[in-house]
Amino acid sequence: MLKIEPRKNRSNFLEVSAPVIAVILTMIFGGFLFLSMGKNPFEAIKLIFWDPIMSPTFSEYSRPQLVIKAAPLILIALGLSFGFRANIWNIGAEGQYIMGALFSGSIGLALYPLDAWFIFPLMILGGIIGGIFWAMIPAILKIKFNTNEILVSLMLVYVAEQILALASVGFLRNPEGLGFPGSRDLSKYPSASNPELIANSGIHVGVICSFIAVVFLTYFLTYHRLGFQIKLIGQAPKAAKFSGVNVNYIIIFCLGLSGGLAGIAGMFELTGPAGLINIDFNVGYGFTAIIVAFLGRLHPIGILFAGLLMSLTYVGGELAQFMLSIPAAAIQVFQGMLLFFLLSTDLLVSYKVSFNLGTNNSNPKSKSE
Amino acid sequence: MDFSDINFSLLIASLIVAATPILLAALGELVAEKSGVLNLGVEGMMIFGAISGFIITIETKNPWLGFLCSSIGGMLLASIFAVVTQIFRANQVASGLALTLFGLGLSALLGQSYTGIKPVAFPDMHIPILADIPVIGIILFQHDFIVYFSIFVVFLIYYLFRNSHFGLIIKAVGENHDSAHALGYNVILIRFFTILLGGALAGLGGGYLSLVRVPQWTEGMTAGAGWIALALVVFASWQPFRLLIGAYIFGGITLLQLNLQALGLEINVALLSMSPYLVTIGVLVFMSARRNKNSLEAPKSLGKTFFGL
Repeated sequence: MLKIEPRKNRSNFLEVSAPVIAVILTMIFGGFLFLSMGKNPFEAIKLIFWDPIMSPTFSEYSRPQLVIKAAPLILIALGLSFGFRANIWNIGAEGQYIMGALFSGSIGLALYPLDAWFIFPLMILGGIIGGIFWAMIPAILKIKFNTNEILVSLMLVYVAEQILALASVGFLRNPEGLGFPGSRDLSKYPSASNPELIANSGIHVGVICSFIAVVFLTYFLTYHRLGFQIKLIGQAPKAAKFSGVNVNYIIIFCLGLSGGLAGIAGMFELTGPAGLINIDFNVGYGFTAIIVAFLGRLHPIGILFAGLLMSLTYVGGELAQFMLSIPAAAIQVFQGMLLFFLLSTDLLVSYKVSFNLGTNNSNPKSKSE
Repeated sequence: MDFSDINFSLLIASLIVAATPILLAALGELVAEKSGVLNLGVEGMMIFGAISGFIITIETKNPWLGFLCSSIGGMLLASIFAVVTQIFRANQVASGLALTLFGLGLSALLGQSYTGIKPVAFPDMHIPILADIPVIGIILFQHDFIVYFSIFVVFLIYYLFRNSHFGLIIKAVGENHDSAHALGYNVILIRFFTILLGGALAGLGGGYLSLVRVPQWTEGMTAGAGWIALALVVFASWQPFRLLIGAYIFGGITLLQLNLQALGLEINVALLSMSPYLVTIGVLVFMSARRNKNSLEAPKSLGKTFFGL
């Protein structure tokens, strides 16, 4: 039978190696998945994890894509990780991402075709406000009425998707678009666009922002009082209350942070890679970011690597789709599997697990089932 | 706009059909939550049930077998959740989310060649004599087997928690797993059972969606139904009959919204489509605000991991 004892100190070695084990397990089981679909598993795994970075034929396109897709994932996951640490479950980042894009897009489109330096910063601000606004709804409801933030934030994703649809066929539609849904292309509007800063690198302002956010939040989590309080609430809620942590303030802070970062991610995506507001603007970054946050062990630096890895599965997944016609849904399964393995290996980090074989129990203290 | 186009007895009858998938899923989740397990993977189990039932029905032309397989499908997915949370002691919230993401992906993968096909119709049961009563006959006695089965499950779960010893054990595990363990109950085993039961019912609900309610397969067709089921459990304060009422009210709103869209009212389609979600939020707020005054509360160990062995 399994015997589980809490560790006195979380094992640092396992803390780092558990995600690696999970990735390896996912590769093995994913390989079986591809095999069951009649594909060569080794070729598929190589296409997903190796070729986007190393292959001379694909990397020219894939490498910039890797950074472009990692940036929103990292930004959103960073915000989510703070809440997850404090047991505040914002799973509606997808909605906050959409609202950030809508707010910033509305500002940009309202000022079109004005040429001014302040438009882009104003749109960034709009993105942050949009995201925070959408995240404050579950936050305030939780504080005022103790309403479950998981369900409210998720319901608001569906509402935001409807507003997005409304915007792309209605109030934000391109007046010169011949009646097709979708707004003007903001990436072609110089004052509002978020272009590639170095040619063929994929690096845009959002990518730089996500790196800055990693550094800043690492510092914040390690040295700031609030960072400590967030960790405390998650690990020992009672101790936190006795030591005078203001729980309501933490709820506002965690949801606000994740909403703001999701909003800003939406803004950068809108003005750069996506270009315009349309019905299919959101592609699930808000949900994948949940996996990224856990894969990164809820730590900013871990999230940086996790974001890049998860982006690799997207880019490599596209490659596998193109080369081996492995459907996109298979990649989603792959990502879901990764999350399961991660959560399961977490046991190894905080608990000591041993197997007692045989019926004779040498340790008299341990009760058998 | 013409309201007289809506036949009211037919409307109520189809309201019941619209509510059945959510009702089934919510009933399963109710039992799981009573035992202290918060499974946020309802959406994933539902959609996996929807596709597995659909595939079997298309391949065998037998909807009965389809329904059986949709609940087996839901149970299979639930068993992953059970292993991860009960054996590997993973966080229930995160594992539930993973289950939803996994289920959505897996069902999309399996369902690729099944879009745009119509399944074999699932026959309605005309209950002799009763079905011929005007108005009431149409509303209550011309439904299919699954509708009656879902109402039967409501009674069954009511009985389980009101009068049975086993229900008492489940409640004990959900209220305080350490005490239940000390009394000699196998917490993990009981939770395994309730999780699998929850999966079977969620899968059946999903199967009803793809085989009767729509009836077709489209990717992501549950569209939040699983999450609404989760909200319903809170709304019902973990009581099966309130769940029944809640589900039917909710079915009514969904249906009214669709009917208004069909009537081509001057209300925007997007506004109508977001109404079920807004109503859910409203209901959640209302219930949680009220709960502060009342003593009705969630099971004490809900969402907590049991470590003792």
